[in-house]
Amino acid sequence: MSYIKPKFEHPRAPKNALGYTRKEYEGSLSTLCAGCGHDSISAAIVDACFELSIEPHRVAKLSGIGCSSKTPAYFLNNSHGFNSVHGRMPSVATGANLANRDLVYLGVSGDGDSASIGFGQFAHVIRRNLNMTYIVMNNGCYGLTKGQDSATADQGSVSKAGSVNNFEGIDMCAIAIELGATFVAQSFSGDKGQLIPLIKAALSHSGFSLINVVSPCVTFNNNPGSTKSYDYVREHNEALSSLDFVPVKEEITTEYDEIDVKMVEMHDGTFIKLNKLHQGFDPQDKLSIINALQVARQKDEILTGLLYLDTESVELNDLIGTVNKPLNSLTEKELCPGSEVLEKINAGLR
Amino acid sequence: MKPTNIKDSEYYHKVVDCQYACPAHTPVPHYIRLIAAGKYTEAYMVNWESNVFPGVLGRTCDRPCEPACRRGRVEEEPVAICRLKRVTADFKDDIAQYLPEIPKVKNGKKIAIIGAGPAGLTVARDLAPLGYEIHMYDDQSKGGGMMRSQIPSFRLPNSVLDQEVNVILDMDIVKHFNQYVTSLKEIIDGGYDAVFVATGAPKGKDLPNLPGRWDAKENIHIGIQWLANVAFEHTNKIGKKVIVLGGGNTAMDCCRTSRRLGGEEVKVLVRSPFKEMKASPWEKEDAIHEDIPILENHVPKSFVSENGKLKGMFFEKVEAQYDDKGKRKLVPTGEPDVFIEADDVIIAIGQENRFEWIEKDLGVEFNEWEMPVVDESTFASTRAGVFFGGDAALGPKNVITAVAQGHQAAISIDKYCQGQDIHDRPAPDVTLISTKMGIHEWSYDNGVSADLRFVVPQEDKKITLADRKKEVELGFDLTSAFKEAERCLNCDVQTVFMEDKCIECDACMDVCPTQCINFTENAEEDDLRAKLLIPALDKSQDILVSDILKTGKVMVKDEDVCLHCGLCAERCPTSAWDMQKFMYKTAKAGC
Repeated sequence: MSYIKPKFEHPRAPKNALGYTRKEYEGSLSTLCAGCGHDSISAAIVDACFELSIEPHRVAKLSGIGCSSKTPAYFLNNSHGFNSVHGRMPSVATGANLANRDLVYLGVSGDGDSASIGFGQFAHVIRRNLNMTYIVMNNGCYGLTKGQDSATADQGSVSKAGSVNNFEGIDMCAIAIELGATFVAQSFSGDKGQLIPLIKAALSHSGFSLINVVSPCVTFNNNPGSTKSYDYVREHNEALSSLDFVPVKEEITTEYDEIDVKMVEMHDGTFIKLNKLHQGFDPQDKLSIINALQVARQKDEILTGLLYLDTESVELNDLIGTVNKPLNSLTEKELCPGSEVLEKINAGLR
Repeated sequence: MKPTNIKDSEYYHKVVDCQYACPAHTPVPHYIRLIAAGKYTEAYMVNWESNVFPGVLGRTCDRPCEPACRRGRVEEEPVAICRLKRVTADFKDDIAQYLPEIPKVKNGKKIAIIGAGPAGLTVARDLAPLGYEIHMYDDQSKGGGMMRSQIPSFRLPNSVLDQEVNVILDMDIVKHFNQYVTSLKEIIDGGYDAVFVATGAPKGKDLPNLPGRWDAKENIHIGIQWLANVAFEHTNKIGKKVIVLGGGNTAMDCCRTSRRLGGEEVKVLVRSPFKEMKASPWEKEDAIHEDIPILENHVPKSFVSENGKLKGMFFEKVEAQYDDKGKRKLVPTGEPDVFIEADDVIIAIGQENRFEWIEKDLGVEFNEWEMPVVDESTFASTRAGVFFGGDAALGPKNVITAVAQGHQAAISIDKYCQGQDIHDRPAPDVTLISTKMGIHEWSYDNGVSADLRFVVPQEDKKITLADRKKEVELGFDLTSAFKEAERCLNCDVQTVFMEDKCIECDACMDVCPTQCINFTENAEEDDLRAKLLIPALDKSQDILVSDILKTGKVMVKDEDVCLHCGLCAERCPTSAWDMQKFMYKTAKAGC
């Protein structure tokens, strides 16, 4: 078996605005099962960061425990990484973000890590609107412990061993919208054409971005009867819209006027262009998406695409008024402003 | 596009760039792996089967394989295929047990081979084991042809040549050496069932009309004749100042030989720009390394002599200009002519065939360039039973081409003698076998070495210039041979895709280090090539297109810079990709 990727790349490999090729954003060779959906998501993260020309050293990738949480080893080898305790990635991300708001925070987690042991942390990081991208690699099973049903396994889904899941599955996107997430998307690991622009948009969003990615477990949950197999998801995937991430306004074409196209401006001046938008659905209208999710559930459809976006989002640092500079760049002058300032503070507390 | 027909062996043959480019189609990656495994004798025999003279070619081949090598497209330099071939010859054990048996009782057919050079010897080697009685004619005292007379000993030691020539001559070949054939009719009348003409291109071109050419003719030599005279020790010295005219490999051999026979100020003068010279780049490098300047854009104007003694030559300075079609014209710069002193001049500007010994009424037709009319696949002439090969057939090329033509001619001669249709060409022997050994194990080393090309060490210039017979290149030692062998990308281990097993998980596409695997909607070839992750611009490299997959897409793989690392197959959950070893052996006479 090869543990080392060949160092060669295509002689005509495209370069991004920083002059880097995709190679600069890759990680080590995956040790996940061959064919794992998570590897496709890793590749989509690589593509998104490459295409956005993010400097790799400006990214902090964080994870908990699980197959999904191993993946930061397989992308962005030149970025910061933190593999935390099971289900506790959100609190580590919160601490890191408050200490240094200048980095791009990318959390990856799984259905076990986020919907079971870390469900509490998941809820709180959403309601605080921490400025991060949170990707759930959702395969509906505990792959690392041989495929037991997880909390996101759909009711009625059949496991590889043949047992039917009797419990209601947790809908990560519905929960996130309920808890006040400002960017919620759902996608499929086998649809990079949709996933890459979603990741790009999420990374550009100021505030909490959730992307719940259905990611088949090729070893334990890719059997007939499973609702998270490659075949099932392909058959039941109902894309709300296809989307393009438009880095600058100039690129907007005449298609803008079309009825089924919607342009959404992000806080940094970039745009999301939503094509073939479903009738009666508006990603900026919370009620329309809650309704759409319920309808889809009745019809056994998996809604994918950008579900909800709040462009007025105020992220945690701004909400609580933290210092603009990273803590590690504060000098003694700023940290010890002198007895006069102390006097003022004390006076204010009297 | 229609799905690629991988049942057609030519598809995978083309993926093995080196083997495809080799006129004899030697299975290069196969013998390189044998070198890495320390099996030098086996590696030698793989070569011997295919190209007959591994020791000679491992030192002197024109190496069409190396510019074709995939490695040259993904990093700077190709694998040192040629010098690895030499390794097999240098480190082999006794090969006697692997040689074909020569039947004591012959099959009753008599073949005359005229010319004991690479083409003639190849035909002899292919036909002797089948029981043919082979009569070989040559005007030299030993076999080898131009390999002996034109390739200097400092590049190809006599011992190496003798060994490989004698292996063939020992196959009960009846030798008629020291005998210049003056009449083809006489040979045909000698009762032969077939005649193979492999007389090479033995006539060096001259500049008969250049002013002063005949005033000091003792000191003006023709390149290949002069090299032959040196090889057979009729010539052992040359003047201190030597001009070599010409830009091919013969010119390089002439100038370097001159340095060894007393030439102190040896200069090569070429009409064309340096970069357009016909000589192989490495031959030019070796000449420059021996302090021989190569002066480009100098057209010879006249010889200058005084009282019958050569003084030097005048040259006109030119520059190359190109028209819209890229056709070159050498235009005088108008600068004054350049005079270069010389005690001797060697003219090495090309060579020609010589067929005055073939009677015009035999039915062997010649074309307008006075070359025999030869079928390019059967090598038959217009007279039944007379075949041509090597430089005598389609004009001067190189040893490996002569060998390849010899193999084809031997097939034709065999078929002709057995009363079969010579146009019915036998198919190659092709196998395609999985290399899968375990869950992630392959029977080839799929790790890709990052080493740059290793340099073959050379003997000290002081020693080599003092002794004409001292070989300049020392050859790889076994450590560097192993490392160089590891640079090979194993292009013969094919990426075979089975669409019925694919679940379209994208794992192969994600892991491919050179992004050559794509899943996309089908289109016509040009559109498909353009819309790949990295467009497949080189149309000489095929794209592998699958049948329609479940989602309606097709898998498209650009073969151009595939590293054959096997990661696609390792990351495939369903073994839709498999790494399969492809073996392509061209057909031989009697198979």
